[in-house]
Amino acid sequence: MSRQGLVALACLWIAGLAGLVSWGGQAAEIPLQDRQSGYQLMTPETRAMQDDDAANPGMLWVLDGEALWQRKDGRANLSCADCHGDARQSMKGVAARYPAVDPGLQKPVDLEQRIEMCRTEKQQAPPLRAEGKDLLALAAYVARQSKGMPIAVVEDDHTRPFISAGREIYERRQGQLNLSCANCHDDNSGKRLAGSPIPQAHPTGYPLYRLEWQTLGSLQRRLRNCLVGMRAEPYAPGAPEYAELELYLMWRARGMPMEAPGVRP
Amino acid sequence: MLALTMTAPALAMDPQPYAVVGDTIPLSLTGGRGDPAKGRSIVATRTQGLCLLCHSGPIPEERLQGTLAPNLAGAGSRSTEGQLRLRIVDASRVNPDTIMPPYYRTDGLERVSKSFAGKPILTAEEIEDVVAYLLTLREAP
Repeated sequence: MSRQGLVALACLWIAGLAGLVSWGGQAAEIPLQDRQSGYQLMTPETRAMQDDDAANPGMLWVLDGEALWQRKDGRANLSCADCHGDARQSMKGVAARYPAVDPGLQKPVDLEQRIEMCRTEKQQAPPLRAEGKDLLALAAYVARQSKGMPIAVVEDDHTRPFISAGREIYERRQGQLNLSCANCHDDNSGKRLAGSPIPQAHPTGYPLYRLEWQTLGSLQRRLRNCLVGMRAEPYAPGAPEYAELELYLMWRARGMPMEAPGVRP
Repeated sequence: MLALTMTAPALAMDPQPYAVVGDTIPLSLTGGRGDPAKGRSIVATRTQGLCLLCHSGPIPEERLQGTLAPNLAGAGSRSTEGQLRLRIVDASRVNPDTIMPPYYRTDGLERVSKSFAGKPILTAEEIEDVVAYLLTLREAP
């Protein structure tokens, strides 16, 4: 047999093996260059709503957040601005690095949890209501300062164990329907679940305005929605599983541009 | 009335045992034949059968259908009654990596929400109705 013939046979054999492997098991992580934001799956009308500040309903929360940033509060009678100054400078790129591992707590905290820590510890004010208007407004205002910047969660000695924990949750089958996040968002993204295309689950736009919710919501709220859909018991509000999942998802979306406040169907 | 008193306790009970033979469950879970009209209604009702979340099928009045799984059209000529029954009851017995939920298995599941804990997705009667319906789908899409 000729040399070319042997090479061709070997290629066929390798292709066959690869085919068997991909057919028999589950798909792997989405290659970095194939990632796409849920924005890409939206209709031109919904994209235009996100792109135009005058039409993006999330901007109402951003404006509220801007006012709250200046408001003195708590026993310390401090505003966010008293310590952090002009958010347009000091908060630039911050949300793109969240969740971040807090050195004191030795665990990841997401943007909303960080704002709550600042509020209770520095302002000495009572915590804001979880998923409430004020907390979402401050988160949206801070996240807005990173719009267009690449997601910058990095894997290092501090984050690695929590990224792994988040990945483990992402790949774990749960609930009466026995599904994992990966079953839909890695293995079947782009296909239609009851008519709607399944996104790759890159949290580029949170907090975001969801037309289905008719309001702005956090990534934790979105994760709870998915768990309920799988007929799994949602983790308790603020449970470490959320921050671990959020950290894994943001690491998985590393380098993709921040869109907050996003708009989604 | 007799039917009610017989089915009411079955809803609350754990799934009844069944025998797997090869890639089939040859015997009806209820001992009787299902009703294809009820089966169609279960498949078409998204919150009950959940089928059209992932599958498409010849149910034109439901416009939002899924593309994650094979079209249900032709299921009755592709598979035997026993094969369909096992694939609904616990498709992981045929393919461990399947995303098809186990409709009549309550063990080996993690963190099932309290409102669904210990309950199968469909009852034995409902599964027999769906099997009877799918067997009528002879033509491929």
